Amino acid sequence: MIRGTVLLLSLWLGYGSSLEAREVPDVIVGSKQFTESVILGEIATQVLRSRDIETQHKDQLGGTRFLWQALLTGEIDLYAEYTGTLMEEIFADRLQGRRDLATLRRVLAGEGVLMSEPLGFNNTYALGMPAARADRLGISTISGLREHPELKFGFSNEFMARADGWPGLRQAYRLPHRAVIGLDHDLAYRGLASGSLDVTDIYTTDADIQYYSLRVLQDDRGYFPDYRAVFLYRADLTGRQPAVLPALRQLEGQISEETMIAMNAEAKLDKLPESQVAAGFLRKRLGITADSRRVGLSTSLWRHTVEHLTLVGISLAAAILIAVPLGILCARRPRLGRLVLGGAGILQTIPSLALLVFMIPLLGIGTWPAIVALFLYSLLPIVRDTCTGLRDIPPSLLESADALGLPRFARLRLVELPLASRTILAGIKTAAVINVGMATLGALIGAGGYGQPILTGIRLDDKGLILQGAIPAALLALFIEGAFEFAERWLVPKGLRL
Amino acid sequence: MLKLSRVTKEYDGVAVLRGIDLLIPRGRVTVIIGASGSGKSTLIRLANGLILPNQGTVEFMGARVTALTALAFRRRMGYVIQEGGLFPHLTGRGNVALMPGRLGWPSARIDARVIELAELVRLPVEALDRYPSQLSGGERQRVALMRALMLDPEILLLDEPLGALDPLIRYELQTDLKTLFTSLGKTVLMVTHDLGEAGYFADEIVLLREGAIEQRGPVAALIEAPATAYVARFVQAQRSLIDNLTRPPT
Repeated sequence: MIRGTVLLLSLWLGYGSSLEAREVPDVIVGSKQFTESVILGEIATQVLRSRDIETQHKDQLGGTRFLWQALLTGEIDLYAEYTGTLMEEIFADRLQGRRDLATLRRVLAGEGVLMSEPLGFNNTYALGMPAARADRLGISTISGLREHPELKFGFSNEFMARADGWPGLRQAYRLPHRAVIGLDHDLAYRGLASGSLDVTDIYTTDADIQYYSLRVLQDDRGYFPDYRAVFLYRADLTGRQPAVLPALRQLEGQISEETMIAMNAEAKLDKLPESQVAAGFLRKRLGITADSRRVGLSTSLWRHTVEHLTLVGISLAAAILIAVPLGILCARRPRLGRLVLGGAGILQTIPSLALLVFMIPLLGIGTWPAIVALFLYSLLPIVRDTCTGLRDIPPSLLESADALGLPRFARLRLVELPLASRTILAGIKTAAVINVGMATLGALIGAGGYGQPILTGIRLDDKGLILQGAIPAALLALFIEGAFEFAERWLVPKGLRL
Repeated sequence: MLKLSRVTKEYDGVAVLRGIDLLIPRGRVTVIIGASGSGKSTLIRLANGLILPNQGTVEFMGARVTALTALAFRRRMGYVIQEGGLFPHLTGRGNVALMPGRLGWPSARIDARVIELAELVRLPVEALDRYPSQLSGGERQRVALMRALMLDPEILLLDEPLGALDPLIRYELQTDLKTLFTSLGKTVLMVTHDLGEAGYFADEIVLLREGAIEQRGPVAALIEAPATAYVARFVQAQRSLIDNLTRPPT
């Protein structure tokens, strides 16, 4: 048991140190979890790189709150945001009805955040439904939906939640619909295509409007505000990297709606990597030859594997170190044990995504919060099985150990842990397999791993990319199963395997 | 050697032993006998401090057995329970060598002691390289006996050591145990529910009834001069059926 833990630990510490050794970038660009944001992040990244500023793009980190928090805490230095989102979502209560850019700038500055001029296009919200269905029902405006309460609405989770999204829209138009679900934006399009949904929220620069032949319903009450794209950056960035601002300014007013739709279509429909789309734009529009850093399959696979193993390895090793002693405590003091098991059980019931998001205010984004979340999830199976394994030892054997005159700790080490080893190992195996699956969610908070290609694949509707994450994750789970079979032979005493 | 004075043991307010006074003399075999629930197993556990009395004292070699002293005393007492209590994750040798190994005996000394004891308990040395699950019931008890004797204890405590064995193996082991007791001359405290077995081994028998001593003395005294009606019934009940079959009723 101890041998195993030490081995695991040394293995992962090795990984950890190789991570630390990576080059530290001057500027970190973030992007949200949808294609347009990733393209804009890529454009900013490549523009900065063209000025020899070492820039890293942490792509598809999460939703608005996520990026905003990351910007405030300095996890990232800049990202592309929309004026409407800032006014309606982040500062809704602070602007007191004033919806002009100057006021917005002032409020932002109060947070230590600066804003570029608008990049050009307005990507506002709209509602869309399949054109054929809209024609059949004679719906062309959002007000028209009121006559058809039977229609099924599926909105992106963000649109469902934000004040200026569905709650406000429903009020403004007094929409009676009850069948309203929240889901991933990209899945919503597929829902429309398959007929399981009738209406979804769309962005006016979506490439999918044409692709899925959608009718954009007219916002006849002028509900949706302007969503002009801007770059937000930390105020301290101009001091730290004076070359950043002039570089970003080049982009102001350069991206029209048509350009943006075309870029979105290149990425989503032609399946060009965002880096290539961004490079194409910079070359054609600004004559900048940028370094798009295309990464080959084997390189990215290797990187995701290392990231994934880091998440799983460190969190699991830490969980073993903490959970086995907790399990011992549970077996020794049943009342305290129920408390510990209850606590670990509660942790287990927190939805994984929620747990990941809880970590952000505490630990920011990236690898560590994901590791902590995975660690917390791994506790229960190990504590429970350690406790069960120890409790199930026949009392006559414990009595024999005592009668020999073995002190408490020696009894634990020489008799109890070996006898419980098979059960403890089973708990660790359960934790490890759960962990491998759960770690794919780490990509949502910027921890990378096999979740990264899965996330990108869902966003781009690219099954190949999804498989690039899903297959290795499944193989890793199988491999871990196998590794534990092998470990059992090594760690469980032979006498218990006869 | 062992002295119990006014020992009372309760579990959840129910007295299992009530005011036991008992002296186990050095070099003699004392056998505790009684029906199930009479407190005999409790008594042997009190002797090596696996449990402590609610009232009264247990003394070993003149010193009181307490929570603090019990650990050290146990190393001077060999203890064997019904099914041996061998650790299934260790081979026979691993079981036997566990304590001496912990106490830092050199391996040559351990090996010599193992060979000596294997001969004494009449166990082939090869059997020691097998795991408990690969040994027969009789072999397991022989290994358990070796483990108990390894540190050359001053007293052997045996709790129904032959209780789970087939009759033939049991008979064989009874004979071997008897020889062993005689040749070692150790103090022995043994628990059994079988009067014949008790009589075979004991210098003195202690008959327990509901946590109190009903009668003590050599087996002949119990049979020929039962102190109470209960003792007479106990003896009668334990006379073997064969006796009744072969001797026509008078």
